[in-house]
Amino acid sequence: MKAPAFAYLAPTTVEQALGYLHEVEGARVLAGGQSLMSMLNMRYAFPDCLIDINRIPALSYIRESGNLVEFGSMTRQRDVEFSNIVATRLPLLREAILHVGHRQTRNRGTVGGSLCQLDPSAEIPTIATAMDAKVSVASVRGTRAIDMADFPAGYMNPAMEPDEMLVSIGIEPWPQGHGHAFLEFSRRHGDFAIVSTAVLLLFGEDGLLSRVSITLGGIAAAPVRVTLAENVLLQTRGTQRDVERAVAICLAVDSTSDTYIPAWYRQRLAGALTGRALNIALKRAGKQ
Amino acid sequence: MSISNPIPDLSAARPITLVVNGKTCNGHAEPRVNLVDFLRGELHLTGTHVGCEHGVCGACTVLVDGVSTRGCLMLAVQADGTNICTIEGLSDPDGAFHPLQKAFHELHALQCGFCTPGILMSAAELLASNNDPGEDAVREVLSGHLCRCTGYTNIVTAILRAAAIMRGE
Repeated sequence: MKAPAFAYLAPTTVEQALGYLHEVEGARVLAGGQSLMSMLNMRYAFPDCLIDINRIPALSYIRESGNLVEFGSMTRQRDVEFSNIVATRLPLLREAILHVGHRQTRNRGTVGGSLCQLDPSAEIPTIATAMDAKVSVASVRGTRAIDMADFPAGYMNPAMEPDEMLVSIGIEPWPQGHGHAFLEFSRRHGDFAIVSTAVLLLFGEDGLLSRVSITLGGIAAAPVRVTLAENVLLQTRGTQRDVERAVAICLAVDSTSDTYIPAWYRQRLAGALTGRALNIALKRAGKQ
Repeated sequence: MSISNPIPDLSAARPITLVVNGKTCNGHAEPRVNLVDFLRGELHLTGTHVGCEHGVCGACTVLVDGVSTRGCLMLAVQADGTNICTIEGLSDPDGAFHPLQKAFHELHALQCGFCTPGILMSAAELLASNNDPGEDAVREVLSGHLCRCTGYTNIVTAILRAAAIMRGE
């Protein structure tokens, strides 16, 4: 179908965009458009006005700032894919970004757009959850930081006011020597994952796991950290028995059912994928 | 920054200037019009096809400033000031086929042809940056396109053949 009529504004500065967002009723921000444009074409979305932030160059960057890697909200997924900073400091994100849609959609799709769309099986929100990212949102009242854990207010619904706009996201890389793995299962390459899993782990000097992060995407209303499974692995040597105990927890994680996929199938994927991802991450951390 | 009665004015058609296949083109589009409908309806370049209109099939793929883009997921007003390449611009101005077109023709890489313009633009983007891609790289690019006739095998072969032609083999 064709998109409904809407007003269109294309600000060139963040201040101008925030001013429009504050003043115009029923406005929505248009980032890369790889979700919103299809929702408009299918008439799932009826905004009165689109505020197109594609002409704000200040929102597109990848930079190291202190102990963080920061991404402007309009950074294209393609730029993430080919960024040296991402490849060397955020290997988990680099592995996951290759699963985002197709080359043609990554060319336009943005980091901020994917975060605000907040599809529970989308890769960028899953990685942001796995790495405890900090999200910066701005309005005419100023800028505030939100922990990724608090960012989802519900299914595909970020905890932002109607006149707020996501401006950047900061991710703290894990220390050198950590293990990582991202796996997902979908029916075709580039489709939304039925279940995805992101794993990070780090061994201490004593040979025991000192940090573990396990995140499941696609399983609930938003990506979820499986804290129980993380705790089972902490202070262990990461043997196969330890991995099996973590997998057992993932097999029982609360899952949603829909028309196509029953909850038990998602749970089995969660267990299988997390087991595989843990083994890959352990190998990359130099164990096994 | 006060906007008086924004809806009627700001949703009206506005002038757009862009370069398509090396030629400067002017047209008018309401903000709601997407790029592929603008190319077809306003500029009469009907070589680019409209398939699913939600970014899945890849039939409407064109190059915007050199990168492959879904023509249905970009507004015409967003293309103001850009440089667009469509299937009409792939062959030489004298009509000689691009190596991709030659290879598709020779190797029977299309049947109904509906998906072909989009696939050729994505393949052209790939070969512009890498004239010796492996089969995996070709299939990765093709994953963004649906073809219901061929089963893709001949398309993969043809793209690899085009790369060989471009390398002078």
